[in-house]
Amino acid sequence: MNMTLISDFVTRAEALAISSGQSLSTISRKLLNDGKGLSRLKEGGQCTLKTMDEALAKLEALEIELSGEAKLRMTHLDRLEAEAIHIMREVAAQCENPVMLYSVGKDSSVMLHLAEKAFFPSRPPFPLMHVDTTWKFKEMIAFRDRRAKEVGMELIVHSNPDGIRDGVGPFTHGSAVHTDIMKTQGLKQALDKYKFDAAFGGARRDEEKSRAKERIFSFRSENHRWDAKNQRPELWNIYNTRVKKGESMRVFPISNWTELDIWQYIYKENIQIPDLYLSKKRPVVEKDGVLILVDDDRMPIGPDDVIEEKMVRFRTLGCYPLTGAVESEAVTLPDVIQEMLLTTTSERQGRVIDSDAGASMEQKKEEGYF
Amino acid sequence: MAHLDDLIATDILGYLKAQEEKSFLRFITCGSVDDGKSTLIGRLLYDSKLIYEDQLATIEKDSKKSGTQGDKIDLALLVDGLAAEREQGITIDVAYRFFSTDKRKFIVADTPGHVQYTRNMATGASTADVAVLLIDARYGVQEQTRRHAFIVSLLGVKHVVVAINKMDLNGFDQSIYNDIEVDFREFSRDLGFTDITCIPMSALDGDNVTIRSDNSDWYKGPTLLEYLEVVDVDKAALDAPFRLPVQWVNRPNLDFRGFSGTVASGTVEVGDEIIVIPSGKRSTVKEIVTFDGNRDIAREDMAVTLTLNDEIDISRGDIICKKDTPAEQADQFQAHMLWMSENEMFPGRQYLLKTGNKTVPASVMKLKHRIDINDFSEVAVDTLALNEVGVATLSLSAPIAFDAYNDNRNTGSFILIDRQTNETVGVGMLDFALRRAKNVVWQDLDVNKAVRSEQKNQKPALLWFTGLSGSGKSTIANLVEKRLLDLGRHTYTLDGDNVRHGLNRDLNFSKADRVENIRRIGEVARLMVDAGLITMASFISPYRAERRMARDLLEEGEFIEVFVNTPLEVAEARDVKGLYAKARAGEIKNFTGIDSEYQAPENAEITVDTVKMSADEAAEMIVTYLKDKGFMSGYEG
Ligand SMILES: Nc1nc2c(ncn2[C@@H]2O[C@H](COP(=O)(O)OP(=O)(O)OP(=O)(O)O)[C@@H](O)[C@H]2O)c(=O)[nH]1
Ligand SMILES: [Mg+2]
Repeated sequence: MNMTLISDFVTRAEALAISSGQSLSTISRKLLNDGKGLSRLKEGGQCTLKTMDEALAKLEALEIELSGEAKLRMTHLDRLEAEAIHIMREVAAQCENPVMLYSVGKDSSVMLHLAEKAFFPSRPPFPLMHVDTTWKFKEMIAFRDRRAKEVGMELIVHSNPDGIRDGVGPFTHGSAVHTDIMKTQGLKQALDKYKFDAAFGGARRDEEKSRAKERIFSFRSENHRWDAKNQRPELWNIYNTRVKKGESMRVFPISNWTELDIWQYIYKENIQIPDLYLSKKRPVVEKDGVLILVDDDRMPIGPDDVIEEKMVRFRTLGCYPLTGAVESEAVTLPDVIQEMLLTTTSERQGRVIDSDAGASMEQKKEEGYF
Repeated sequence: MAHLDDLIATDILGYLKAQEEKSFLRFITCGSVDDGKSTLIGRLLYDSKLIYEDQLATIEKDSKKSGTQGDKIDLALLVDGLAAEREQGITIDVAYRFFSTDKRKFIVADTPGHVQYTRNMATGASTADVAVLLIDARYGVQEQTRRHAFIVSLLGVKHVVVAINKMDLNGFDQSIYNDIEVDFREFSRDLGFTDITCIPMSALDGDNVTIRSDNSDWYKGPTLLEYLEVVDVDKAALDAPFRLPVQWVNRPNLDFRGFSGTVASGTVEVGDEIIVIPSGKRSTVKEIVTFDGNRDIAREDMAVTLTLNDEIDISRGDIICKKDTPAEQADQFQAHMLWMSENEMFPGRQYLLKTGNKTVPASVMKLKHRIDINDFSEVAVDTLALNEVGVATLSLSAPIAFDAYNDNRNTGSFILIDRQTNETVGVGMLDFALRRAKNVVWQDLDVNKAVRSEQKNQKPALLWFTGLSGSGKSTIANLVEKRLLDLGRHTYTLDGDNVRHGLNRDLNFSKADRVENIRRIGEVARLMVDAGLITMASFISPYRAERRMARDLLEEGEFIEVFVNTPLEVAEARDVKGLYAKARAGEIKNFTGIDSEYQAPENAEITVDTVKMSADEAAEMIVTYLKDKGFMSGYEG
């Protein structure tokens, strides 16, 4: 490829790094999705014309973004990000023993990224906690362990020992019992065990009608109950974080994000999410009209069940037996966003647990579900 | 779902770019019960095609079960998400919903109309740029319409849409519409709205919501959505004075010390000279640090971390300002307050006051007046009850940095928290400082508490005896004092006999006066402790909050609560002064234990069980406590 093209590009990128105060590797990551890409090019490395075209377009956008007027512009996503950071800092400053609930899904990924931003250059001053039902996708567990290590945060994993002792699982006990024991009870156990007075959750108000009603700082009694009809007033961005011993707060920093905001932010910020969100050939069995991934050999395969290789992905991640796959050709993030925008059913439908009707989520929340 | 934007299918990246360029608006719906607020939001969501098929199916099913529109779909059910709301057909708490058009993204808060849930309405209004106030055309401006208009104005919302709703029920009669418009403009004249837009509407059928209605061809203004898409609320005047309330001190290692917070107003650049309020320390900005690299400028609403060129002491609660435009600082204010608790506000009682970044003990010094929401007149009152608005003066235990709410919504607002229950009991907007804290310099005399105590060879304390009438408080207190005197200590006892007839002779036994009674006693006791005395106070003091207030006046460890625990039956049987008999006969009102509550201490330092223990034994126990805790062996400051 034309060497002057590359050296021009490198010169402009370096100038941008100086004028914006960002490190060369940050700029490199933004332009080439690779922190070392720029230095490689500088030392005579090569890249395809397509990569260079894309990088040039990004460079142009970044130059505009980081110059003059644009520095003072705040987009909708910038505002949501700033709000979430404010909330996280408030918890860190005011609560004695906070924790971030990390469920490995896309919303958790966004929360984790926001936490890194909120406290930079410090590490987030709280641990991550995953309530592991022992039925999560294998990939989720690997992803979780890797991310916690990369970010350098302590990771607490809790699985309900009673449930494990009794061999509780969705195939043997049904989804309701399994979810209650392994997820809801497991969460309560963990919160009691570590005496957390605040727990971040990645719930959003656009997900469900009772969540649309919940405060950002949501008070829980000693028994972890949410009293929907008696929530604390919450004005401006002044949050009442005070609780007595045993009581606690659930804190939802991404309350005001929509599903589209989440995807858009993941794309813009290049946030890592589990591959399960992207489509590829995976072995699935159709059960009650829902495609279930054969993730391990605990999955009962009856004589009539057929294991098929299908192009599938997941819209939400949970316990593999309770999470329906959707057939899809979406193999990149933009594909996924496109598909999401064109679909006509809401995201949570893939989750077997929510299909019971009416005020079920509200009831679950009152009983201590996140 | 249909952002029927063609770009989605053809150019998803272009579509995402366009999303990012969209502007953004937060608004609320408010107004009296049943005026159609939730229906209107349901209609907006429905017409913007933002309802998924499965959600719509659920709502259709629910409409048959708990809808208010017969077989028609009840759009309010899209927002009234709590079981209790569906059962009762009303909104109880605010719901936040999201939708967007090609031009803008919206967060809308649907607020409840019931007066009982006014605090939830205020919750929604506090973050809104625009208020859509609904009026049922059949009833016109109601008391609740006025209350909501007033609260909206109090919270500083400048743009109001008056949606004159249910016009379908009067055949879109222009004269009805006109009358209501005139009425509203008249009463809201002094509420400080910059613009008021009236729209005839049917939320139920969608007239003038997103689509112009043929039924009201006489109306020439915008539809609701047209208005919301263009209304200019870009209040972020970036030339406002710079404020960074410090939320969190960022110290990853010894080489980095940053101050994290969200810029409350204005802009700041690297190199700017800054001043920290309240300390008055100065420096210059070294870096504006973010995860995405350092910036050279930051603006209102950005969450950043500043580092400075000098090592100065800054902590959470401070506000970093530009040198030439510092925030004010004070410890006494006048404020407008909206009361949010079932327990009324009591002047004199201690609460916690929380601003955007600081929490300090505070008390209401004086309630100047309540504001009548019907005619906005000032009414003299002793307390504020749930949902009432008033003007009060506040006294804080330490100065805070602030701006008037009118100048800055972020640095002029606060909430009040009850110290026992931790509930948010009120919210306020600061008007102005009563005196500048910097003018008040406590005289740092050479003769101080430590010196006075040393001279008396003791550590001063306040023994606070609480218990029912006739429980034995004064008897025990007197015995304690005698013993201390024998031990060569310096003491004084405050009780009903020497306080009620002099200092507090103007007070009666109403709840408000009891609070004031204890406040004065607490202040006097504090002076006595400051004088170095071991002081005893014996008062029924039935309310936890009042005892807490007295405790807070003193330094840590100086306040010793002595609970003289005598069951009501026992005290009543003793009835040394014959008071219980009179109270039972109705001759004395508000008598503690009979028709007025006694809140027993939860964590008293000393509890005396007078059934098991004689007064002498009790006094002995208390003196031993003082000895053990080191009150008798000189002052260890
Ligand atoms: N005819 C007619 N009925 C309406 C209109 N808007 C709302 N309603 C009906 O009025 C009743 C109350 O509507 P809601 O939307 O629940 O009222 P709200 O203001 O949200 O009530 P609260 O939140 O409880 O204060 C319902 O039965 C609606 O169907 C309208 O434009 N025309
Ligand atoms: Mg309603």
